[in-house]
Amino acid sequence: MDMRHVISLLLENESGALSRVSGLFSARGYNIESLTVAPTEDASLSRMTIVTRGSDETVEQITKQLNKLVDVVKVVDISEAAHIERELMMIKVRATGKEREEMKRMADIFRGHIVDVSESSYVIELTGTQDKLDSFVAAIDASLVLETVRSGVCGLGRGDRVLKI
Amino acid sequence: MVLTGAEIVIRCLQEEKVDYLFGYPGGSVLYIYDELSKQDKIRHVLVRHEQAAVHAADGYARSTEKVGVALVTSGPGVTNAVTGIATAYMDSIPVVIISGQVPSAVIGQDAFQEVDTVGITRPCVKHNFLVKNAADIASTIKKAFYLAKTGRPGPVVVDIPKDVSAQKCEYDGYPKTIAMRSYNPTVKGHQGQIRKALGLLLEARRPMIYIGGGVVLADAAEKLTKLARLLGFPVTNTLMGLGGFPGTDRLNLGMLGMHGTFEANMSMHYCDVLLAVGTRFDDRVIGSPEHFAQEPRKIIHIDIDPSSISKRVRVDVPIVGNLADVLDDMLKMLESSGDRSDPAALEPWWKQIEEWRGRQCLNYKFSEEVVKPQHVVETLWKVTQGDAFVASDVGQHQMWAAQYYKFDKPRRWVNSGGLGTMGFGLPAAMGIQLAHPGAPVAVITGEGSIQMCIQELSTCKQYRLPIKVLSLNNGYLGMVRQWQEFFHGNRYSESYMSSLPNFAKLAEAYGHVGIHVDKPGDVEGAIREAFARKNELVFLDFQVDPTENVFPMVQGGKGLTEMILSAEDL
Repeated sequence: MDMRHVISLLLENESGALSRVSGLFSARGYNIESLTVAPTEDASLSRMTIVTRGSDETVEQITKQLNKLVDVVKVVDISEAAHIERELMMIKVRATGKEREEMKRMADIFRGHIVDVSESSYVIELTGTQDKLDSFVAAIDASLVLETVRSGVCGLGRGDRVLKI
Repeated sequence: MVLTGAEIVIRCLQEEKVDYLFGYPGGSVLYIYDELSKQDKIRHVLVRHEQAAVHAADGYARSTEKVGVALVTSGPGVTNAVTGIATAYMDSIPVVIISGQVPSAVIGQDAFQEVDTVGITRPCVKHNFLVKNAADIASTIKKAFYLAKTGRPGPVVVDIPKDVSAQKCEYDGYPKTIAMRSYNPTVKGHQGQIRKALGLLLEARRPMIYIGGGVVLADAAEKLTKLARLLGFPVTNTLMGLGGFPGTDRLNLGMLGMHGTFEANMSMHYCDVLLAVGTRFDDRVIGSPEHFAQEPRKIIHIDIDPSSISKRVRVDVPIVGNLADVLDDMLKMLESSGDRSDPAALEPWWKQIEEWRGRQCLNYKFSEEVVKPQHVVETLWKVTQGDAFVASDVGQHQMWAAQYYKFDKPRRWVNSGGLGTMGFGLPAAMGIQLAHPGAPVAVITGEGSIQMCIQELSTCKQYRLPIKVLSLNNGYLGMVRQWQEFFHGNRYSESYMSSLPNFAKLAEAYGHVGIHVDKPGDVEGAIREAFARKNELVFLDFQVDPTENVFPMVQGGKGLTEMILSAEDL
């Protein structure tokens, strides 16, 4: 059974480290639903969150193969236990006439913020789980969407579970 | 002291006790070559193609316990080397490749002889580096050697831009140690798991030990042999594992897999406890994993690489660690507890194995008219008393070498098992011969493979390497022809080679001795003559039976027990 997994890793913040990870996924035929990466509070380390899908055997191989990369310091499948996931979306929508008010209301319902306003459009910033962002997109009139950008999922374990070296 | 990057490179290689450097000069490595000429500790071997430089370094590494080193220039130097790098990667061979790169300022501008070396080699190296400052050269080379030889070994590329090798910087000696927070291979096996494994082994009624190239690479052959003999269990080895357990020992059932023996494949399938050591259950070894899973058995798997465990076959007792350490722990536990397997309980299993062995699956029909390729390998084994270093190319001859040359010692059999690189044999033999001057070194090849790196006959002349080349010339790309005969309705699409050169004369043109053999009665005499010519390379061109096939054979995707034992089974 293919299950969704959220894998977090710490890796050396060096040029080429990202391509080692993405190259591994394409070379071994693993799928990536999303991948996010940025430096951590320790500038020598980057933290990456990968959302993937696969059987237990495949995901076990993925974590082992990631661990084998010399630039990778630590790997954890955070979806094995309680964890938090968030994704950021910015969506530019047409907002004219009566739609302008309606769009503002929808943003409020989803606890979004309007971060850019023009005569005919809004940019709404929305944070949440993948599902929540999907629901927002489904809830508004598709013909009003001008463009969207999503960050991909980032996540961490709840409580005492800490990914640190 | 202040040194240039190139001077630092040479110093570091000297510190690593590199005695041979296989390479080919070019624009981006001129500073390094200049420094090379000013010293005499490292001897450079000028190959005729960069692929051969890496294969030679690889052969050097496989036949010793050391790291092989190659030096190539940017662009085509690197792309030519890639086949060699991928070959070493697939077989986990410790090799360090130093490559020149175009000057830093023009990287990314499609400069002359520029390729993205780090990008091109990334999927076929254990790790690679682009050095941006001369001050980083020493620590990078230290890391490269450390990564290449520790954990699961593999090739490491160090790419150095031309300006970095010219740049001056302070050099305060080669680092004594290196620590990497992201790389700490496990050495010691889990004691509880080892105990559990021993429990299973001692309870086994139909045990089997299955060993791979890891046993050779970890220098664990002696300990493995001791353990197998102590337990009295049958042993089979993969193509890469030949020599990891003595080939002439009665416990040895021979190689398993696609061209494995009947007894090895049957025992592998029907055993109740399998001890897998330094091996990876690959497709050529166990055939179809689904078919393999049909028989219940407990599997113990010892390997340095966690990702090799439960990759293709589910394992019951995984043990991650250095094989020599884990086997040592096993032996110590057995010694201190005094526990032994019960020979009487194993008797029915051995009886069954002997029955399988009685099929004598490696028998072939000797001929008085035409030279049989198997006979050539058997004769080589006889003449060299089983003690030669044998490098092989890829194809039918490789399988016959693996089946008929009984290797009693590790690191004597050198072949491209994982990648299956034609052209590997001759350059690998150069590395072996340089590492073992005076030792008998043979290359078993075919007329197809040898032509993929035949230019190295010139290198052999330059460095006076008295290699014995045994070419099993059947006029066909034999393994391709065999598959076409079996699975493609005898349509021999492009597997026949016409216009072959006169190999004996070609060898002579390179300054060597060439002998053509087409009569079975002349085989032994020719091989004896070749080895009697101690200081000369002798090229033996055996005109062998073009219709001979490799048996037994398990067709790709089939189960291990579904063997074709002879032409009658087709």
